[in-house]
Amino acid sequence: MIGPASSPLVSTRSLRHTWPGSSAALVLGDLELAPGERLFLGGPSGSGKSTVLGLLSGVLAPTDGDVRILGMSFASMAARARDRFRANHLGYIFQQFNLLPFLTPVENVLLGCAWSAERSRRAGATRSLMTSEATRLLGALGLGQRTWSHARTGELSVGQQQRVAAARALIGGPELLLADEPTSALDAASRDAFLTLLLDECARHGTGVVFVSHDLALARHFDRGVTLDGDPRDSRES
Amino acid sequence: MRLFSLTLKSLRQRKAGVALTVFTIALSVFLLLGVERVRIEARQGFASTVSGTDLLVGARSGPVTLLLYSIFHIGEATNNITWKSYQDIRAMPEVAWTVPLSLGDSHRGFRVTGTSTAFFDHYHYGRGNALAFASGKPFSDLYDAVIGSEVARQLHYKVGDSLVLSHGLGGPHLASHADKPFRVSGVMSPTGTPVDATIAVSLEAIEAIHVDWHSGIRLPGMEASAEQARHMDLTPKAITATLVGLRSRLSAFAVQRAINEYPEEPLLAVLPGVALGELWHLVGTAENALRVVSGMVLLVGMSGMLTALLGMLGERRREMAVLRAVGASTRTVFALLVMESTLLTIGGMLAGVALLDAATALAHDYLISTAGLVIDGTPAPGEWPLLLLVLALGSLAGCIPGWVAYRRSLADGLQVRL
Ligand SMILES: Nc1ncnc2c1ncn2[C@@H]1O[C@H](COP(=O)(O)OP(=O)(O)O)[C@@H](O)[C@H]1O
Ligand SMILES: [Mg+2]
Repeated sequence: MIGPASSPLVSTRSLRHTWPGSSAALVLGDLELAPGERLFLGGPSGSGKSTVLGLLSGVLAPTDGDVRILGMSFASMAARARDRFRANHLGYIFQQFNLLPFLTPVENVLLGCAWSAERSRRAGATRSLMTSEATRLLGALGLGQRTWSHARTGELSVGQQQRVAAARALIGGPELLLADEPTSALDAASRDAFLTLLLDECARHGTGVVFVSHDLALARHFDRGVTLDGDPRDSRES
Repeated sequence: MRLFSLTLKSLRQRKAGVALTVFTIALSVFLLLGVERVRIEARQGFASTVSGTDLLVGARSGPVTLLLYSIFHIGEATNNITWKSYQDIRAMPEVAWTVPLSLGDSHRGFRVTGTSTAFFDHYHYGRGNALAFASGKPFSDLYDAVIGSEVARQLHYKVGDSLVLSHGLGGPHLASHADKPFRVSGVMSPTGTPVDATIAVSLEAIEAIHVDWHSGIRLPGMEASAEQARHMDLTPKAITATLVGLRSRLSAFAVQRAINEYPEEPLLAVLPGVALGELWHLVGTAENALRVVSGMVLLVGMSGMLTALLGMLGERRREMAVLRAVGASTRTVFALLVMESTLLTIGGMLAGVALLDAATALAHDYLISTAGLVIDGTPAPGEWPLLLLVLALGSLAGCIPGWVAYRRSLADGLQVRL
């Protein structure tokens, strides 16, 4: 179902999105990402960064234009197929409140494969192998076993929760990680440490990244940057 | 299955809210089924006020009238059956037993039934329950009386106490049979039937207290003492009604016809179940009122659940966004909420049924003695459709929050804006 290996990871064409009840339209210049490439998407609050991630994940349908991931056009898929595609190929990290409080940290990580047979297979296929992959990821992202095995999900600090969320987004090696200001609730020191671990783990699986933040200082970790300006009409590459 | 375990874990997280919702539903189910059980038992208990009796025979009137005065002790008989007719009925080859009933006297508002000891063997009620004695035994002496449980409870009588019967059924100027006092020989257990409010004495006793009476007045100069009366001829001249048991139920209609066509006096034989059914029909509108009430109770319970589910929905928008982000479809989000309310409904139903069973087990004796209701744990057949209805309503109610969540997760995208 995936296009030829040569097809770009992400390509958008003349994307435009208008929220219902709003006159302002978000217009995004055409974007193209190679497999494994890392893009920083900057811009002030309200400039439409989260909206772009919604479009790239196939949850939002653009008013005009089309998004292709791995050569597959969202416009040509039914809603169910888009959901399945997202489960199989995309990982998503929110700014905060990423976890289901009634699941343990490891169960939260495994949720990343719950709707995808493909990612379950890549994470080890059996329950026990998937669990050990989940714990490996948590460790690689800097969360020791003592923390995740003894704390309830709700008792984790914000930084620890973000690590669990990153592990969930990365389990089963998705082709593309979408991260919506995952570090904005962290202090400067843990932010850089977290980002380094996150990007290392992405590199391991060849996972491409679209990372959103209003903090332009983080742009140096990425191959490329795009900034949305305050007036969500235009975007320019830096 | 994945959804199911997610739902269970999510519910476990919200114990307080879940407990409250389950409790609301349990109460509705409790009331709904409780009313249904009381309704059915009231009808069945009523229909089996007399059971095991094949025919009820009295002077010719209407079936309901006969039933009212002979069994329910409401109103008075206009005519009696002569002793000869009674003997003729007894002698019919199809007849296995008879229980004579002679009414017309009272004691402090409770009616006195003159009968034979066959009454204690053959008068059955409910599902074939025989009369039982809480204390004492049937009458054996001429001036023995057996009292029903209600009589004992209200008048604080016990075995050995003496009581004086009054002539007639009520009114301020009751002449008393003070010269012939009775002794309580037994107290019957509660039955929930008019027997509880009855004082049973022998036919001969009725005759004895009236030997010196004629047409409702005591004949002056003819007084007979209690002792003297024992030596007089106490064969009754007439009785009010009789219960008839047949050797085979198959002959019921034939015997009924024979009695109704009895040439020497106009008699009426009725099948007690049929007459009871007719009577219930008259008072049965109360039944529909009960049903309406329990229907409203159910609606209140369901809207309670709906309120709780919708209230929790706000807190759970982020949960839904997370599920969408990992690839759950909007349909899954919908299914999650419907499953949740279905589980809550099932939980509430189980709790309600358990509550009802516990309550009926605890209140069993109390209900028999105060309301004459025999409510046992067995679910009435009408309860299954009711439970299915509750389940359907519960799942349907879950569709509303499910739909709201579905719409929202489409509108929110992955961003929850609170
Ligand atoms: N669900 C929504 N419904 C309507 N308008 C929205 C919704 N989400 C975002 N918007 C609007 O879209 C614009 C861009 O928002 P957003 O993408 O959240 O920006 P950012 O993530 O850069 O802060 C804002 O003006 C916001 O009000
Ligand atoms: Mg945002």
